[in-house]
Amino acid sequence: MPEISYRQALKDAMIEELQRDDNVVIIGEEVAEYNGAYKVTEGLLKQFGPKRIVDAPISEAGFIGMGIGASMLGIRPVMELMFWSFAYVAWDQIINNAASVRYMSGGKINVPVVIRGPANGGTGVGATHSHTPENFIANTPGLKVVCPASPYDAKGLLKAAIRDNDPVYVMESTIMYNDVGEVPEEDYVIPLGKADVKREGSDISLIAHGPSVLVCLEAANILKSEHSIDAEVVDLRSIRPLDEETLLNSVKKTNRAVLVEENKPFCGVDAQIAYLIQAHAFDYLDAPVQRVSAIDAPAVYSPPLEEAQLPKPNVVVKKVLEIC
Amino acid sequence: MTNTTATKKPGRRKPAKANLSKEAKTPANAGLTDEELVGFYRDMIRIRRFEERSLRAYQQGKIAGFLHLYIGQESIAVGCISLMKENDHVITAYRDHGHALAVGMSMDECMAELLGKETGCSKGKGGSMHYFDPSKRFWGGHGIVAGQTPLGAGLAYALKYQEKKGCTLCFLGDGAINQGAFHESLNIASLWNLPVVYIIENNGYSMGTSQERSSVHPEVGLAARAEGYNMNWAKINGESIFDIREGVKKAMDLARSESKPSLLEIHTYRYQGHSIADANHKKYRTKEEIDDYRKNHDPITLYREFVLKSKLLNEEQVKEIDLAAKAEAEQSAKFAEESGFPKEEDIVKDVYWEEDNPDEKLSQGRIFFND
Repeated sequence: MPEISYRQALKDAMIEELQRDDNVVIIGEEVAEYNGAYKVTEGLLKQFGPKRIVDAPISEAGFIGMGIGASMLGIRPVMELMFWSFAYVAWDQIINNAASVRYMSGGKINVPVVIRGPANGGTGVGATHSHTPENFIANTPGLKVVCPASPYDAKGLLKAAIRDNDPVYVMESTIMYNDVGEVPEEDYVIPLGKADVKREGSDISLIAHGPSVLVCLEAANILKSEHSIDAEVVDLRSIRPLDEETLLNSVKKTNRAVLVEENKPFCGVDAQIAYLIQAHAFDYLDAPVQRVSAIDAPAVYSPPLEEAQLPKPNVVVKKVLEIC
Repeated sequence: MTNTTATKKPGRRKPAKANLSKEAKTPANAGLTDEELVGFYRDMIRIRRFEERSLRAYQQGKIAGFLHLYIGQESIAVGCISLMKENDHVITAYRDHGHALAVGMSMDECMAELLGKETGCSKGKGGSMHYFDPSKRFWGGHGIVAGQTPLGAGLAYALKYQEKKGCTLCFLGDGAINQGAFHESLNIASLWNLPVVYIIENNGYSMGTSQERSSVHPEVGLAARAEGYNMNWAKINGESIFDIREGVKKAMDLARSESKPSLLEIHTYRYQGHSIADANHKKYRTKEEIDDYRKNHDPITLYREFVLKSKLLNEEQVKEIDLAAKAEAEQSAKFAEESGFPKEEDIVKDVYWEEDNPDEKLSQGRIFFND
């Protein structure tokens, strides 16, 4: 199987869907002539022309709202946010209009939009550019949100998102854009709401999404080599819909869980996961569920502090050792 | 810098008095049939009687939340929507009852929606501010001030993308012109030559704040802000349905033939408060002002005088139309009251397409979290 980067996987997903469906159009800041702020859309303008690949002015509320309106008439816009941190200036469109139009019309109108872009910290860009809003999105019925952590998942989830008839928001990571992994050449999609066990284990479940999956895989290696603890790593991949079955089965097998995410702890995604575990796997637990999240403060700039603020393998290992 | 030394800010200026007999001869109106002309009267009266009946239902405690009435502004929805052709679309804000009835939605479904009934146009899930009927190319009914303005650009973008010769009418209130989303939409519409006609229904008040207290603008009016976006604009007298049709048709033709947007400002007035919950509406404006618009500028009264004068209808026929509209409104109230409420299990329907279409479901995993 060929190995390609996470960036290339996203691009291939868009190319295949642009070829498959004439209604797919890519809209965003610097996506066309500049070739993408992170080069995810590099070459698309040349391949598909300016009707399909559209440079938007810096007007997130304007162009995202425009895409939502166009989708009501059957266009399938895939809109890039240079950072998900920029979503907040378009929040009314992203939360109110995209999520509510179907409901408020009694199901008469669909909003098949995709909004994608990076949502991660760890790159020294400070508090305004380091947000991870998947918990806000997941809190909004009508929306779906996925956080791919590998090139294979990035391609399969983005393709599924584009084909979906509801709004799907894809949260990527600038840190992972260069990561390389196996991606098949043939057409495939990954159903939204299907978690993936990235590493099998029997002693503890590490449950994560997005870049934290990589943190957990590294922690699992340390746990194995230094502590003889066999950790299972469950990648949620999709936050909403959520694959409860896979995560609960893992916990029922290992009887212990540490939940890891870049979200801030208060009302983060893992607060809901912890609730689900206690509600549905209480009798299987041999220890309280533990969490590793970002330290609860705005994203700090100073590089060593930023590193300390985000989940790290050694912190995950420490949490595991507290309950194993 | 220019014009910063002016001590008095430009305010709302009433347009010159309408002359319907004269305006009926303008290009957009000269070819109207008697049936169409009578139809305008019927359509405007139907909106007014529907809303008067809804006001009673609200006062009887049968309608929850807000009720933003359109009374006084009916000529705008009827005039503009009468110009729509096959590929034209319409979207508006929360003062949406007039537009809904003008596109042909029934009083029954609209009244039932107000009462939160399952027979409502949105099955009782939208309410007064959120009427929709895509089969009539009516895309809402939007509750957030200016939130619909990017959507209007998007409908126009889709028409252009699909190479359809149509346009989108996107209505907004005068309060919406100070929202960022509106300005972003104007820029994008002009930058990309989108066939959208933005129509400011200027009733003089953004809730309880007058135009003078909320908006700066060039002496000529709010729509002149379009100059900054290199966009076509015009001011229209809303008391004349013919003036409305003449001005709006030009903008729609420009959109359809050259794919160019416009910003129109239609001078109008609402007699009721911002919503019926707005009990203060006689405090932020004078009784004299309200009475003046009601007596001298009411678009329906002026139109009634026109149809009588031009002998399209006689007094008796006018009365018949009025009585029929009242009866239809009364019947819709009965229909709404006799309809059932949606069921509790309906709360989680119409949220996700795939949940409502389980046979074609692509996703897996849990999507609702109601333990």
